[in-house]
Amino acid sequence: MLDIGQKGPDFSLPGVDGNTVSLTDLLKDHRAVAVMFSCNHCPYVRAWEDRMVAIQRDYAPQGVTLVAVNPNDTVKYPDDDMEHMKARAAEKGFNFPYLRDDSQDVARAYGGTHTPHVFLLDSGGVLRYRGAIDDNYENPDAVQHTYLRDALDAVLAGRDPAPATTQAVGCTIKWK
Amino acid sequence: MHQTSGTMHIQFLWWDGCPSHPEAWQRLQDVLAELQAEAQVERIQVTTDEDAEKYGFPGSPTILVDGEDIDPAASRMPSRLTCRLYYQENGRPSPLPSREMIRRAIRSAQRR
Repeated sequence: MLDIGQKGPDFSLPGVDGNTVSLTDLLKDHRAVAVMFSCNHCPYVRAWEDRMVAIQRDYAPQGVTLVAVNPNDTVKYPDDDMEHMKARAAEKGFNFPYLRDDSQDVARAYGGTHTPHVFLLDSGGVLRYRGAIDDNYENPDAVQHTYLRDALDAVLAGRDPAPATTQAVGCTIKWK
Repeated sequence: MHQTSGTMHIQFLWWDGCPSHPEAWQRLQDVLAELQAEAQVERIQVTTDEDAEKYGFPGSPTILVDGEDIDPAASRMPSRLTCRLYYQENGRPSPLPSREMIRRAIRSAQRR
């Protein structure tokens, strides 16, 4: 798994809008990029989706982008294929790229284990935070620690996020 | 497994690839205690796709009360090893059945 301080491996993946998105291009235009392994079918992802959209909405003006990457096997989990991803992105109004990692190479390169699993990179592509979005998947009103937002605030302010890592909570990535 | 007449039979099906089962199990225990329900509770670990098909397992956790899923939406779900999607009373998606969903199912069984 990618460690804090290591550079995030580059990727170039197709997105639900028909465009190919690379990490290199995202880093050119952003002060921080949150690579987030995600998917369609996982109820943990579903529970956090509105918060993903809210984080993107709140932090985009500060030069941040989330990028969701779906690596799940689509043979056993056909609702994670590109067509279903397009439908989900439209339904939820995703305001960030939603990409398909069909080979699962990107998930393996980062060491993603769950959906969702966040890897926050700074403008240099260096991993600064890894883990969960916050500490309560079930009830956004009961969140005590907004891990990703706190990490973004730290990175944008030139500080080290604390904690730098948390336990990813969610569905296991469905490997082929 | 034999069912004692008058005692409800609860099956708690779970898959270790999904972390929600301990909390779901706790909720079930809490509701049984709250309602003072007499129940024979069977824990069943689902480990393979074949098991999932055999049990009609739409994801972890699944709770059957006298053979009926606590969530009527289960009949529309495919059988597979996955985390199960529930919806709370407020419409929010969740990997866990709410206490109220469990409570409704057990009360319904108590009235039968």
